[in-house]
Amino acid sequence: MRTRWSRLLLMGLLVALCTTAAAQHTLRVAYDADPDSLDPHEQLSGATLQLSHLLFDPLLRWKQDRSFEPRVAERWERIDPLTTRFHLRPGVKFHSGRPLTSQDVAWTFARLQRSPDFKGLFAPFKPVRVIDDHTFELITHQPYPLVLNLATYIFVLDRQFYQGQDEQGRNKEALVKSGDSFAARNVSGSGPFRLVSRQQGVRLELQRFADHWDRQSPGNVERIVLTPIKEDATRIAALLAGDVDFIAPVPPADLPRLQRQPAIEVVTMTGTRIITLQLNQQRVPAFADPRVRRAVRLAINNVGISEKIMRGFATPAAQLSPTGYPGHDPALVPRFDLAEARQLLQQAGHGQGLKVTMLAPNNRYVNDEQIAQAVVGMLAKIGIGVELKTVPKAQYWPLFDQSAADMLMLGWQSDTEDSGNFFEFMLMTHDSQNGYGQYNSGHYRNPALDALLLQAQTELDPARRAQLLQQAERLVHDDAAIIPLHWQNLAWAARRGVRIDRIVNVMDFPYLGDLVIE
Amino acid sequence: MLELLLRRLIQTLLVLGVISLIAFVIQEQLGDPLRELSGQSVSTEERTRLRHELGLDRPFALRYGQFVGRALRGDLGHSYFFKEPALPLILARLPATLELVLGATLIVLLISVPVGLFAAIRPRHPLSQLAMGLTLFGISVPIFITAILGIMLFSVKLGWLPAQGRGELSAPFGWNSGLFTLDGVQHLLLPACTLASLLLPLFVRLIRAEMTAVLNQEYIKFAWAKGLAPGRIWWLHAFKNTLLPLITVGGMQIGGLVAYAILTETIFQWPGMGALFLQSVNRADGPVVTAYLLVVGVIFVITSTLVDLLYGLVDPRIRLSGTAP
Repeated sequence: MRTRWSRLLLMGLLVALCTTAAAQHTLRVAYDADPDSLDPHEQLSGATLQLSHLLFDPLLRWKQDRSFEPRVAERWERIDPLTTRFHLRPGVKFHSGRPLTSQDVAWTFARLQRSPDFKGLFAPFKPVRVIDDHTFELITHQPYPLVLNLATYIFVLDRQFYQGQDEQGRNKEALVKSGDSFAARNVSGSGPFRLVSRQQGVRLELQRFADHWDRQSPGNVERIVLTPIKEDATRIAALLAGDVDFIAPVPPADLPRLQRQPAIEVVTMTGTRIITLQLNQQRVPAFADPRVRRAVRLAINNVGISEKIMRGFATPAAQLSPTGYPGHDPALVPRFDLAEARQLLQQAGHGQGLKVTMLAPNNRYVNDEQIAQAVVGMLAKIGIGVELKTVPKAQYWPLFDQSAADMLMLGWQSDTEDSGNFFEFMLMTHDSQNGYGQYNSGHYRNPALDALLLQAQTELDPARRAQLLQQAERLVHDDAAIIPLHWQNLAWAARRGVRIDRIVNVMDFPYLGDLVIE
Repeated sequence: MLELLLRRLIQTLLVLGVISLIAFVIQEQLGDPLRELSGQSVSTEERTRLRHELGLDRPFALRYGQFVGRALRGDLGHSYFFKEPALPLILARLPATLELVLGATLIVLLISVPVGLFAAIRPRHPLSQLAMGLTLFGISVPIFITAILGIMLFSVKLGWLPAQGRGELSAPFGWNSGLFTLDGVQHLLLPACTLASLLLPLFVRLIRAEMTAVLNQEYIKFAWAKGLAPGRIWWLHAFKNTLLPLITVGGMQIGGLVAYAILTETIFQWPGMGALFLQSVNRADGPVVTAYLLVVGVIFVITSTLVDLLYGLVDPRIRLSGTAP
């Protein structure tokens, strides 16, 4: 009798232990920076989006295989070329306890269309049409193929929470970029975590939201403590010393060392940020000749840069679209041929060489300064003398906007996760009216390319659209309109047992809500 | 005394005026804060509008004039990144920096005084030779190497001390402090030692040199001849007279520690005002940069005033009301 009771008691204890152990994991994260604001519409940046995926839920989100996963939108269907109807998941609650409805989506969407950072992305859309509490439609002015891509940016805000005035008499819904606001410091979403405390630049603490709708999620992290650690060496040391469980980004130089550690798991992926050089045809007439541009491309050893300077932590590129994007053409591979490059220069009448200037940032992209220096050395071999200047990023962009050098370095990540965005910003003919070519510092203009991209913008058939975009890639390649160098890879590292391999993705939005700690 | 303080106050205002002008010129050169505030695809018109909102499109003289006007009322502008007034933002991080400097100062004094004195009293002792060799090494190793080696040894290899951050804080005296919890002190040890390594060699050498000079003076020889106890000669007669140069150099150097803390704080992710300054420079957050330089200016003035006051206490021959050295 007594043994049976004690056995029961023991079992009960064990069960209690297991259940508490399963839910009580704390994840200590160290990123290189923390978001400027709690307002998800204030800045379109990696840090803001990473946080948005914790505090809010998007309508849908990207999976690792680049397909879409339903989140607060349970399902959707395209009704006509202009309209996509979404059905919201029932029973989704905000941290405030209010149910999430179509009105919240409509309000969030209207705010996105006012946001200086997001309005460009949402320009193709009309206001949301609410059908009922759980049904609404996104309607575009023209047939638009990227409705779902953009729906991943619609993190639904708690409309009532942001209504009225705060103690200082400010409108709570105000979206302020250059000053203080209610939304920058207070937050209510429906995400898997809610905010506990925030000391900007020092520490952010989140607690799992008990009423989150996603009960299927395997995630067992109860608490997240996020510390920004700017110095690479300190971030690595903090992981090695066991001060933190999960770090990102991992600098290429430290990768081999971390990979050798048995207690550390490193996850790497081919990224989508392309690093390029633009050749300014307005400042240097020689660059208007495609033969000279092709010579420059042939003289730069992309594979060498990826292997030696990026230490294998980059993927050499001969086009803008990374693998998996509709415009990616696997036939386009980097070529390095000095003899041919010299020959092309000769044909173009520049056999005696060229003198040009180049500007690059020195703290914006991974190893940006070293890459620029390597390019100088490589171009010297075909008689192009480059005078290089590198500056910190804060000083770089004003100079970039003025096209202040003959060659400029530019990295670009497509906000839409689609090929079109690369061309629209970097290569389409500059047009301040609709924002095309805003980063076209090479002043490349090609009406055929512009036409292809405008056509792709309204093409709803994915196969036809991919053809158009691949055609654009080939055109840019044949013309050497821009010099692609490589796509930066991504790397995360965690203590072994923290299964980050399942929750990181090429967008670099780790879905910590689904993270399992073993 | 009062005259000295008054004179100092006027000098301080002048110094601050000069610093603010220099800081404002630097601010111009930092770059464009807007790029850190907005995404890559924000249109040119939106940027122009934001620039206007922040007042960045106004001419330099006008902006400096407005800054001085507001500064006189205690408002040094708002941080673009934190969206808070810059001065309170920096002052909120001052305790962390002061605790770090205090920790480093204690370490420097506790080690350099005995070591320096010993090296002066027993110059041929192997330990003295070793200590002097080590100081030479200490002077030549840059601080970030010391820091990284410390982290690698004590945090990663041995796991004794945390690698970054300030640890658990408590507020027994009204400000958030890491000095009153074990965790807080553990977090302080590595950064404080790193910062101390900057001054320690200098202090050891300074104390040894001064003490050696004093020990060779006539009055010490007389004291020996008189048969005084060695302890009394060393401490009371010799060491007290080495204090004057120690305070002069040391006072200024400890004020300088606040500035050197920038690097240490950044490496150890210490949430002090030095780390904030460096981040603000990178973000081109001009108002914070200006406010930091002004605060550091005030700290330098305060430490040098304290040094002057201590002079009088240590050496009665110096009269404070006269032309202060």
